[in-house]
Amino acid sequence: MATNPSNKTKWNKKDLLGLEELTKEEIELVLDTADSFKEVLTREVKKVPTLRGKTVVLLFLEPSTRTRTSFELAAKRLSADTISIAGNSSSIVKGESLTDTAKNIEAMNVDVIVLRHMAEGSAYMLSKQVDAAVINAGDGCHEHPTQALLDIMTIRERKQNIQDLKIAIVGDIAHSRVARSNIWGLKKLGAHVIVCGPATLMPKDVEELGVEVSYDINDAIKDADVINVLRLQMERQKEHLFPSIREYIRLFGIDKERLTHAKKDVLILHPGPVNRGIELSADVADSPYALILNQVTNGIAVRMAVLYLLGVQKGEKQK
Amino acid sequence: MSLLIQNGLVVDPATNKAQIQDILIEKSGIAKLAKNIKADNKTIDATGKIILPGLIDLHTHLRVPGREDEETILSGSLAAVKGGFTTIMCMPNTNPVIDNASVVDLIKKENAKAGLIDIIPVGAITKGQLGCEFSELAELKEAGCLAISEDGKSVENTHLMRRALEYARMLGLLVISHCEDKNLSNSGLMHEDIVSTKLGLKGIPDIAETIIVGRDIELARFTKAKLHLAHISTGRALELIKRAKDDSVDVTAETCPHYIALNDEAVSTFNTNTKINPPLRTEKDRQQILKALQSGIIDCISTDHAPHNQAEKELEYNLAPFGTIGLETALSVVITELLENKLIDWLQLAKLMSLNPAKRLGLKDKGFIAEGLEANLVIIDPQAEWLVKEGDFVSKSKNSVFIGKKLKGCVDYTISKGRIVFKR
Repeated sequence: MATNPSNKTKWNKKDLLGLEELTKEEIELVLDTADSFKEVLTREVKKVPTLRGKTVVLLFLEPSTRTRTSFELAAKRLSADTISIAGNSSSIVKGESLTDTAKNIEAMNVDVIVLRHMAEGSAYMLSKQVDAAVINAGDGCHEHPTQALLDIMTIRERKQNIQDLKIAIVGDIAHSRVARSNIWGLKKLGAHVIVCGPATLMPKDVEELGVEVSYDINDAIKDADVINVLRLQMERQKEHLFPSIREYIRLFGIDKERLTHAKKDVLILHPGPVNRGIELSADVADSPYALILNQVTNGIAVRMAVLYLLGVQKGEKQK
Repeated sequence: MSLLIQNGLVVDPATNKAQIQDILIEKSGIAKLAKNIKADNKTIDATGKIILPGLIDLHTHLRVPGREDEETILSGSLAAVKGGFTTIMCMPNTNPVIDNASVVDLIKKENAKAGLIDIIPVGAITKGQLGCEFSELAELKEAGCLAISEDGKSVENTHLMRRALEYARMLGLLVISHCEDKNLSNSGLMHEDIVSTKLGLKGIPDIAETIIVGRDIELARFTKAKLHLAHISTGRALELIKRAKDDSVDVTAETCPHYIALNDEAVSTFNTNTKINPPLRTEKDRQQILKALQSGIIDCISTDHAPHNQAEKELEYNLAPFGTIGLETALSVVITELLENKLIDWLQLAKLMSLNPAKRLGLKDKGFIAEGLEANLVIIDPQAEWLVKEGDFVSKSKNSVFIGKKLKGCVDYTISKGRIVFKR
């Protein structure tokens, strides 16, 4: 089996709700485990029997294609049975239905629930109600731990060590669960994190998380080892948060010209899907700098690792 | 080409010194500042005269583009230099509104033709001043705006104002707030008190101003933005501003000559030139304004020069537009009301009308007098007396609330970039 025996840390959490609650060692355990699962993905038979007989429910109450597909594939590679439940949490009244849904799923005796939900705290709430392991696949603007883990895995593959790397996260920080999870994870691993975006999209007192705040993209990316570019949600313009797409591109869009301010070997990450020509120009998105497709591949490995750690833990508890 | 100004009282607010000196101007700059400079060329005898740094007006309406029948860049510039101003900011409530780089460029191009003074356009906070989305402020800044304002009204949506302040802070832009709750001013015509009661004119209560002053101060405190409060007219607003300054909120304030010289009794003749927004307030408000000018709670005096077509001002009081012109009378009104009554001295005047506005805009080489600076100067005859006459205005509009008033102090010369642009 593909677990990593070198890491002495033992996983003893029931759920993965966010990176805020993980220690540095736990994050490294997931990453090391993911590294070894990645090898599985290159085999001709891309499947291991690790979670055979376990059931993973993919409860996606907010539209998602790539995260859901990634989790589903990860579970299948581990030989788990998967059930996909899609819906729209916005049409559900106040979380009562989430509780009902949880109770119903619980009654089916499943092992892992992967939850994507538009409400912040929904994964936490669910985890209190069910014995199954809960994986947060994105709760509103709060956390998206597996995305940050796959981002960090991708950086680690190229740079070996996260310690002391200068990492700029650019865009709508205020509404980004990807930014929050990345900040927690990267800070724990010793990176220097700079968040950069319009002042109107910068959450209050964010520097108290130990990050540097910049409103000047050229400053922020100067000497950066990694630039993690966030997706701009167009509807923010209607919420009085920036004047126009045009001006957003002028101030914060990453293109070839702007990258002349960054290091020659800078890495570009993006959680996808990319608004080509807005936060990222097409030539940068398709350039060797960009690791966007590596992120997708690593996403499966990271999710296999998380499912494995939580799924096995669950099995041990029940014995 | 050189010009020597001899023997004037040179008032420099930066060093806080007023002393008799000569000023030698070579090309566009001040080459030398000393006593008894030898003359070998053209001279101006400034004996008995006061020399101030060129005045800076944070608040004019030049009506360009859109109402060139009321004022043009050239006529506004001529009015400015006659009043001693060498730098003015023009407000964005034009047609089209100054909310994008092309309108800024148009004004700059027009001013390159007029060529008398520096004109700095103020960008609109929201697109079209419609209060829906804030303008492309980075573009406006790049085009040359130093400040943004919704002048003519407040940004009604408090959340939008918050976001605009945050965004402006990011760009280092000054936000100039016209403080008026339109729901409270409620189509009023003059200040609401016993005078409006007697005249039967619909009133504008002082809370229409103070509530937005309070709101915008709180927004500035929260966002840490640079806020400048335009044309403050009420004593209560000054109390709020003092409190904010004590709390280190980054806020400054201006008032205008008409609030210094007049109270709402002036409306009693139904002269439409007294119809101004914000309105002329009570004598008590006026007294508080005078005190605040002395103590520094008010940082600047601006004109709120608001030219209006004669035919429109000659309508009935309720139909006439708000506003008075002010560029040509501001300095003399301030001399008459504040200097002559010994409320402030020349140094304080130079701060209120030149150094403080320059500082607030971040203009590091304006607002004072020193060797090496561009020669922007005004030479004043402090003893001259004159009667304000409608026919004497060079502004394209004649709607001055001071017509018929006798004023003390007069501009003899205005020098802009080393060139005499006005001579009495």
